[in-house]
Amino acid sequence: MSNTRTSLNRREFLSYLSLGWVAFTAACAGLASLAFRYSYPNVNFDPEMEFLAGKPSDFEEGVDERYKNGFGVWIVKEEGRLFALSNICTHLGCIPNWQPAELKFKCPCHGSGYYTSGINFEGPAPRPLERYKIGLTPEGLVKIDKTKVYRYEKGQWDNKDSFIEV
Amino acid sequence: MSGKTITEYIRGTQVWKSIFRHGPPDNARNRAAIVAGNVFLHLHPIKLKKSGVQLGYTWCMGGLSFFVFLALTVTGVLLMFYYRPTAEYAYNDIIALKEHVPLGIMREIHRWGAHLMVITVWLHMFRVFMTGSYKPPREFNWGVGVILLVLTLLLSFTGYLLPWDQLAIWAITVGSNMAKATPFLGHGGPGAMLAQIGDFVMVSDKNDVRFQLLAGRFVGEPALLRFYILHCVFIPLVVGVLIAVHFWRIRKDGGISAPL
Repeated sequence: MSNTRTSLNRREFLSYLSLGWVAFTAACAGLASLAFRYSYPNVNFDPEMEFLAGKPSDFEEGVDERYKNGFGVWIVKEEGRLFALSNICTHLGCIPNWQPAELKFKCPCHGSGYYTSGINFEGPAPRPLERYKIGLTPEGLVKIDKTKVYRYEKGQWDNKDSFIEV
Repeated sequence: MSGKTITEYIRGTQVWKSIFRHGPPDNARNRAAIVAGNVFLHLHPIKLKKSGVQLGYTWCMGGLSFFVFLALTVTGVLLMFYYRPTAEYAYNDIIALKEHVPLGIMREIHRWGAHLMVITVWLHMFRVFMTGSYKPPREFNWGVGVILLVLTLLLSFTGYLLPWDQLAIWAITVGSNMAKATPFLGHGGPGAMLAQIGDFVMVSDKNDVRFQLLAGRFVGEPALLRFYILHCVFIPLVVGVLIAVHFWRIRKDGGISAPL
């Protein structure tokens, strides 16, 4: 009945309460960030970004489509250079088709067209196709690394990692 | 039976009285109690302004949007009984819904209903704007409405992928590439170049918002599953909660707006 029986006075109660709310807020924030992290899987089954594509002598002059479906890359041999061309249209990201009769890449979505070099010449595409890093392993195999891109409009196609001399 | 009609008998049973707490609707008090005492009817106000039922003023567009949302929920749940969101089955199940299932029109109702809901929600927004019904004290509810509009469009967008045909895959490829251009959060957007230290790229195609949306670098099976969950569970739940808030605030902000 008397006030002396309470072991917790008002001030202490409020500070414990504040602590409780801080802990609750922190727990909510922690759970929210875990839920965010949860949306990024640790493993996914997308194709490899780096792959080996045989020997340089395997490629004839022109466009090679063998690595298009599996890896999203055209390997083109042109004017003494071998380079890896991205198959993603620079307009809105569809996949163009190689049309050997007309010697051009043609996007089915909105009609962008590219020369074998990857330079755009028709349709809404704002810039040429990108090229990927390409090089030779010590064993003499062609190695392509899609994590590194080279853009024509930035003058990067003369970078020594963007082609192999053949 | 000593002058008791069947109606009076039923109203006198314990079962009836346990469900309905009010008397027969033969006076204003009971009629109000019917609406106020029913969890479904209480969404609607007991009393309306005369202008609130003037079609020329309201177009009933908010009510129609809600009605179409309910129709889409019912048909959507029915479609889920036959649809499997995997690369192997999705397209075949869409065909099966037309060819192998009675009421093959179900998917068409859902599809046309989806188009209709986008139209009615836009028209509802247009009406609210033209009548100035977004002005205080209704500005918060306008904000809720804008979020509901965006969620309606996202429902359409996520539903678009589910048929898993060429149109769906490339439309979502093109659409999700917009996420790639998000400032700082998309690897092709402004700011992504700044978040780069030497060869270390902080915002790449492996960790940006598009990856989060698609669960991959392109539209594949994980994207199909993710869009299915967003379309059938996550967004409808959020929409349902916001619809409740929206309706509640109409009442709290003074009822449906009236001509001045």
